[in-house]
Amino acid sequence: MRDRPVIYGGLAVFLAVITLPFWRGIESGVTTKGPELARPATARQCVASTEFMKSSHMLLLMEMRDQAVRSGDPWYVGAGHGTYTISLTGTCLEQCHGSKTEFCDRCHDYAGVAPGCWSCHLDAGHSTGSLTAMRSSR
Amino acid sequence: MNLSRKAFLRVSCFSLLGAAMRKTAAAFGSTFSRKVQWGMAVDIRKCARRPECTACIDVCDQAHNVPRVPDKRHEVRWIWKDTPEHAFEGEDFRYSSIAKLPVMLMCNHCDDPPCVRVCPTQATWKREDGIVAMDWHRCIGCRYCMAACPYESRSFNWVDPRPYIKTANPEFPTRTKGVVEKCTFCVERISQGREPACVEACPEKALIFGNVMDANSEIRRMLSSRDHVTRKPELGTGPNVFYLL
Repeated sequence: MRDRPVIYGGLAVFLAVITLPFWRGIESGVTTKGPELARPATARQCVASTEFMKSSHMLLLMEMRDQAVRSGDPWYVGAGHGTYTISLTGTCLEQCHGSKTEFCDRCHDYAGVAPGCWSCHLDAGHSTGSLTAMRSSR
Repeated sequence: MNLSRKAFLRVSCFSLLGAAMRKTAAAFGSTFSRKVQWGMAVDIRKCARRPECTACIDVCDQAHNVPRVPDKRHEVRWIWKDTPEHAFEGEDFRYSSIAKLPVMLMCNHCDDPPCVRVCPTQATWKREDGIVAMDWHRCIGCRYCMAACPYESRSFNWVDPRPYIKTANPEFPTRTKGVVEKCTFCVERISQGREPACVEACPEKALIFGNVMDANSEIRRMLSSRDHVTRKPELGTGPNVFYLL
């Protein structure tokens, strides 16, 4: 029974090592709660319901893209029966959501997705001087 | 199944004939049934009144975020200036009065565009109104269209264009490395009922834009009253940019 300290010591080290991710999580303050999104400054009504936008905004964006580019029809009739010009930078960002970093990036970074939209579409309010910086940061 | 030799031959002959007729009808139908075909007339002499003027190039580059890459090999251009000798290859300009005048060149938005035929992803296609449009979302950068275009109207983004755009226009996207681009006759303005940016910007009104299918349009009146040429008409592409002599 002389090796009891060794056994308990080893057990303690083992437990510490396998629970390490939990400790580190607590330390860095990570929660399972998603990121807080900045609310649109002025607009109260999106082109579709929040639930739909949360789950399917990428499909809607692609549908709008095809409509504007392939059919040459830049008008989208939203759920609230408002008509919107299809423009990622001009309408989605500038009119409603304001900033790519405050809105799009927060969720995309959290979810670990990097959509290619911004390699061509411009972030509203960014001058070209920062274009290069914007791209290299992604 | 019991099919006699004669019946078999008859059926195959009729099927072949039917297929051929559909192809033929489609080929002719697209050209003749078009109600709108946007076109441009360039008045070479009016344009040459200001030999140093680059208003159309500047406004186009600004409107569409066309990068100004200093390296000629990586140049991106939508509308540019060249000599008549280059523009109208094969013509003899030795004693011509326009030999030294600059000529504005751009995509010809051909009736039968070879770039559209070769594009493997349909990233470039001919719209109902005759504009050879581009969908940069689809372009995979294979450059088949560049090889097919006899007018060198298409440019490839060999490098990231963004560092070469001085002040970006947020209304229009930039392109990314590995994508082909060209003049689109300002589709984004046409959908709002406006003329292309270069036409609006020209201080001499040397660019005339309009529907060449409409016999009463200004461009058609211009073309019927003045002598004009197109680039490389012998290729059968049917260019819709006309040069008034």
